[in-house]
Amino acid sequence: MNILHDDRLDGELPRIDKAAVLAELQRAAPGLTLLHREEDLRPFECDGLSAYRVLPMLVALPETLEQVETLLKRCRALGVPVVTRGAGTGLSGGALPLEQGVLLVMSRFDRILAVDPDARTARLQPGVRNLAISEAAAPYGLYYAPDPSSQIACSIGGNVAENAGGVHCLKYGLTVHNVLRVEVLTIEGERMTLGSEALDAPGFDLLALFTGSEGMLGVVTEITVKLLPKPETAKVLMASFDDVEKAGRAVGDIIAAGIIPGGLEMMDNLAIRAAEDFIRAGYPVEAEAILLCELDGVEADVDDDCETVRRVLEAAGATGIQQARDEAERAKFWAGRKNAFPAVGRMSPDYYCMDGTIPRRELPRVLKGITDLSAEYGLRVANVFHAGDGNMHPLILFDANREGELEQAEALGGRILELCVEVGGSITGEHGVGREKINQMCAQFRPDEITTFHAVKAAFDPERLLNPGKNIPTLARCAEFGAMHVHAGQLPHPELPRF
Amino acid sequence: MANTATPPRDHDASEALAERIRRADAEGTPLRIVGGDTKAFYGRPVQGRILDTTEHRGITYYDPVELIVSVRTGTPLAELEAALAENGQMLGCEPPHFGDDATVGGMVATGLSGPRRPWAGSVRDFVLGVRVINHEGREQRFGGQVMKNVAGYDLSRLMVGALGSLGLLTEVTMKVLPRPGATRSLHLDMPLPRALEKLAEWGRQPLPITAAAWLDGALHLRLEGGPSSVAATADRLGGDELRDDFWAALREQRLAFFSKEDPRPLWRLALPHHTPVIDLPGVADGDPLYDWAGTQRWLRSELDDKTIREACTRAGGHATCHGPHLGSGGTAEPFTPLAPVVAKYHRNLKAELDPKGIFNPGRLYAAL
Repeated sequence: MNILHDDRLDGELPRIDKAAVLAELQRAAPGLTLLHREEDLRPFECDGLSAYRVLPMLVALPETLEQVETLLKRCRALGVPVVTRGAGTGLSGGALPLEQGVLLVMSRFDRILAVDPDARTARLQPGVRNLAISEAAAPYGLYYAPDPSSQIACSIGGNVAENAGGVHCLKYGLTVHNVLRVEVLTIEGERMTLGSEALDAPGFDLLALFTGSEGMLGVVTEITVKLLPKPETAKVLMASFDDVEKAGRAVGDIIAAGIIPGGLEMMDNLAIRAAEDFIRAGYPVEAEAILLCELDGVEADVDDDCETVRRVLEAAGATGIQQARDEAERAKFWAGRKNAFPAVGRMSPDYYCMDGTIPRRELPRVLKGITDLSAEYGLRVANVFHAGDGNMHPLILFDANREGELEQAEALGGRILELCVEVGGSITGEHGVGREKINQMCAQFRPDEITTFHAVKAAFDPERLLNPGKNIPTLARCAEFGAMHVHAGQLPHPELPRF
Repeated sequence: MANTATPPRDHDASEALAERIRRADAEGTPLRIVGGDTKAFYGRPVQGRILDTTEHRGITYYDPVELIVSVRTGTPLAELEAALAENGQMLGCEPPHFGDDATVGGMVATGLSGPRRPWAGSVRDFVLGVRVINHEGREQRFGGQVMKNVAGYDLSRLMVGALGSLGLLTEVTMKVLPRPGATRSLHLDMPLPRALEKLAEWGRQPLPITAAAWLDGALHLRLEGGPSSVAATADRLGGDELRDDFWAALREQRLAFFSKEDPRPLWRLALPHHTPVIDLPGVADGDPLYDWAGTQRWLRSELDDKTIREACTRAGGHATCHGPHLGSGGTAEPFTPLAPVVAKYHRNLKAELDPKGIFNPGRLYAAL
């Protein structure tokens, strides 16, 4: 797709003279670090979706709340768009800069303000890394549950903006379930507290609305998260299957047995071989699929559950079941999964990661569909799957240096997402819409639903200065690109719920 | 408008509801949305034409293996819970009914959760998707029937606790949980300060506690999980056996503490974990009922709302009056007033989603 903001399809952006904006911001916020030379802007031209690059007009690196406040007020007065960026690890281009916009980088807000072991909370600046929260909580036997695979680098502010997930969502929830309160600044520079340190807050649940809103409604400046006691023990079973469908059914069988695993992950043969080649995790390279099932909790219960899961897996036709003997082997099993993306990256010059979710029962059909599409486009696809919560990460392998192959990969990705919508799923489970999936939103939602999203945006940012062109497409864009996509009424299998 | 006959168990009344909404919007007539009418005490009284949801009922999708249920909002809550129980599952948020006729829509619109809330999550935490009829009479879908979904703004969870003021909820999809393998309830005689101290200590440990309330000089605990861990924890904590139906009585406010004979307003104090006793004039430490491990405290008091609210706000929480309404001795504003900036964005959102103010106007706040 065309990554540049397209005024015709994304709405008109003001053309403001760069020198004038720079001079005005320097005047209004004298201590604020502002980057404006091309070589200084270059490192900020993309986020984790590095296939898309745009040089921002200016980069602001504030260190105080007052600087952010001033910046927002001045940008609003000048009519300059603002794109907020955390650690820049997002996978959907949500922090892709705008040529005519200021990139507001929150990474210097990196202090852990407080850890309260009795209240089991941590108060954080938005630039604090996800993993640093659990590290700070560890001395008290506590941790922060959401663990996106980029947790070493990604920041909590970005996690809130994207409603980040991880491998433990089925049992412990997404970011929205683990954040108690946020402080935000509106585009008008007003300070607002959403949520509360109590378990609820009066009024509308604006905390839920802001979580996952991709920087479209305000700028998050402080976050209070909930901490959980570390489970007494965690054990991992790895099961191999000679058939992907059997593995898919085993996932449902485990849950039908009344067990909610801490993590339940699936990988297909291509992903297994890639991971094994890279990490030597001890994966069976001949298997068509493996399941990793982690059970955590109180020791006695976990032992009982391991036995139950082992029986379920045997009955489901697993060709081999291995329980990690110790913590080192458990870590090794997980290392293969957590490094699956870079492992696949070693097999191919480039890869493109999808993020659709589906009802689990549709797994066999969707995997078959992906195999067919992969053949149709002549591009290999490796499947890594948060099986417990139906979140798929097909990785499309391609070579950007080959003429047209990126476009082919994007087209294949779009078809996979439409397949997810068709079976009653969603185009994104945890990576967000950003710029990347803006066209697929037209397949997920009807025009009147998209109009409602615009109404929500208008309540907070009527001049659409915060992250314009992301997350919610215009109806003009849907009219142009939506036509190629699935539409309710024209879908095969009309009996399926279209939620 | 009460139904003259029992409606069928499975009936889609969305088109008729949409038509009534279109008419109300065209006329600018406010609507008072009513399901089982069991939670009318909650929020401010609404003047408006009654919009009855109880004909719109039935479970539209339930697959126990997916841990997901979709249900029309006029469905009796008891009917939904019975269907889940047949499959060994439950609503993790343990919602109060406050009457036999309670509906799924009322649970979502009020967002009220039961004793399990601090450990398992609230109604909002279990909502995955909604269908909602907007002011133009269009039924729209947000969220979905999958566990993870970040496409578009999270309007599903925004609707929870909005008291019907942003649109008419017609269907909700929720994540459900397996019922625990074992349950034990304990009664431990313990003074309040020690109970609060123990709750903080146990909160840092991975114990299978799923309810904790202090009243009448004793800490009441529920343990749930695998049989081995529940038995081991019960042995370790000691105390006496407590009847499991204590928790339903607490949730439904049937304990003596909640007696309707007591004319004083009932206050719900929502406070952070590990908040000490709140100092209020004329209120002894042991007067409130401490539920949710102390994060939800019930208080019978005739103190003015300002005094109660200021004390809660200072502690990082807020206070809600659960009745009676103004005129019967209650307060004009049951919910803690919002900060001016937050109130402004509430009004903006209401104006965008319900420009003529037809959906439960004034139920949450006068201006919404």
